[in-house]
Amino acid sequence: MSEFVQLTVYGLANGAVLALAALGFVLIYKATSVINFAQGEFLLIGGYLFYTAFVVFGLPWTIAVVVGLIAAALLGVVIERLVLRPLIGEEPIAVIMVTIGLAAVLRSLVQMLYGTTPREMPDVLPSGSVEVIGASVPLDRITAIGIAAVVLTAFSAFFRWSRHGIAMRAVADDQQAALVQGIPVHRIFAMAWAMAAVSALIGGLLLADITEISQNLIGFGLIVFPVVILGGLDSVPGTIVGGLTIGLISQYAESFSPGASQVVPYVALVLILLVRPYGLFGQVRIERV
Amino acid sequence: MAATATGIHHTSYRSELRLRHTNSEKLRLWLALAGLIALPWLVNPYWLGIVNTIGIAVVGAVGLNILVGFTGQISLGQGGFLAVGAFTSALLSGRGGLPVPLSMLAAVLVTAGIGGFFGLPALRLKGLYLAIATLASQEIILFVVRRWDWLTSGQGFLDVDRLTIFGWKIPRVSFEFTWYWIIAGVAVLAVIAARNLFRTALGRSFMAVRDQDIAASAIGVDLTRTKLMAFAVSSGYVGLAGALTAHYTETVTWERFTLTVSIQYLAMIIVGGLGSIAGAVYGAAFIMLLPPLLAELADLLRPSVPLLADQLPAVQVAAFGLAIMLFLLFEPRGLNRIWQRAKDYVRFWPFRY
Repeated sequence: MSEFVQLTVYGLANGAVLALAALGFVLIYKATSVINFAQGEFLLIGGYLFYTAFVVFGLPWTIAVVVGLIAAALLGVVIERLVLRPLIGEEPIAVIMVTIGLAAVLRSLVQMLYGTTPREMPDVLPSGSVEVIGASVPLDRITAIGIAAVVLTAFSAFFRWSRHGIAMRAVADDQQAALVQGIPVHRIFAMAWAMAAVSALIGGLLLADITEISQNLIGFGLIVFPVVILGGLDSVPGTIVGGLTIGLISQYAESFSPGASQVVPYVALVLILLVRPYGLFGQVRIERV
Repeated sequence: MAATATGIHHTSYRSELRLRHTNSEKLRLWLALAGLIALPWLVNPYWLGIVNTIGIAVVGAVGLNILVGFTGQISLGQGGFLAVGAFTSALLSGRGGLPVPLSMLAAVLVTAGIGGFFGLPALRLKGLYLAIATLASQEIILFVVRRWDWLTSGQGFLDVDRLTIFGWKIPRVSFEFTWYWIIAGVAVLAVIAARNLFRTALGRSFMAVRDQDIAASAIGVDLTRTKLMAFAVSSGYVGLAGALTAHYTETVTWERFTLTVSIQYLAMIIVGGLGSIAGAVYGAAFIMLLPPLLAELADLLRPSVPLLADQLPAVQVAAFGLAIMLFLLFEPRGLNRIWQRAKDYVRFWPFRY
């Protein structure tokens, strides 16, 4: 029982971070219908941005977070303007490959600047552990779940009630109709990328805090795919369900057979695609010739 | 010299269906052939080794282009299929005792079958969703290869014997030289076969599916059959490339077949030109030459710019990513299009068009 509780908490913590990473992915897909293969690199860059502000420049962590958020948002806007905007309306393969190229460039930049050795970061989240039903559960994981929950709720509320959130949904629904309504579609695109980078920064710094900061963060970018397929590529609540499910499934699978967590999410992905090709919460698109 | 031709005009169906249309095209082909024959005497074994890897990559890239460029089905599962081909041929020739040509043929068939199976999601999925489904097939195949101890007898990799054809073993001194002829021969045959595929009904139905699959089914193209055949044919090529890799490098490990490899192959056909056989060849050469050329450059600049040599692995990855991005942004139709434009420029000179 105690092992089960522990696995569940670890799974939920991983799942919460996954949901954050997937949120950035879904934001971009929703507004611009681009699949971002560089999401893992966004996590990596987010982690290193915070590391630079916090450890290298020695800023207090509150200011470091703000600096990191601003830098991430700027990076998102620049990438959208330089790389993605010229490819609006191109075929899926072109868009996929450009984000793959972007991923290679971002990854090698990080490698050039920081090298490949993992770096320890002083803890920001509370350390220590508490007893829950006989299991010792580290506090930093619980805090990570809490932070992720707050951020995800904030983003959901943003889409539901704020002016910009509604504009983003309008653009996602129909670009031309949104243009006719006077919504600046280009600015919405830039905003989607900035917000994706910001959510990746938060995910990256949570990951950096509960583990360590190294190139391995990229691996989280690939597990985003099972998450978003499970939740549907264009559904924000779906990312939460998907993230938590995949996080839990892979923790349980790992306890049965070490290493299984690498493949179980993908098996789940294939099964879901066979039954529901548009994910559990995704929008079914009708195609006309 | 004034411009001599304004375009290619056909006066009969026979002339339109010809594989090579103009005399200069034939001439260039003969020149390329002469170059291929002269090449092994012109370069040292180190570069000949790189040429050999390019030859293998050409087979794989042509296969991938049949699927992605001609049928419009995005696949990120290339690495997995390469692994299937490599392990099949290595196991059949090593443990099964089959002669290598037969084991390679078996590798082609087995990979085609497995490729067809993993093509099943393509019947319901398109574009981005299909790309993600093939990503899953890549991860699943690689997981099986890594964890199935029987494949490698538990040692994590497979040793492959030096290639022996009908009792004749490749001598150590002329290793690269002999392999060059084998690989070049296979690659040329593969390219010719692919070029001809698109003059058959099957090849034309691939292109119809790429352009609009619903419209294709309306004019009588069997979508299920065509999509599965595209996956099978393409995977057959990839399996051949995998088998060649296994026997050429003489070891098979899963590290050679990761997602990075799948991405490399996609980059080849993007850089070369989607939907063009020649493009796949140019792209394979470009992507495989990029890292060694950068290494040479870094060596050359070591005294003045030591940074380049120190950061070589990162620089190679960055150059790879930049190449993909720049081609997509400035010449989405790749090297093949650049070559065509260069030809047009010469042909119409001094006029612009």
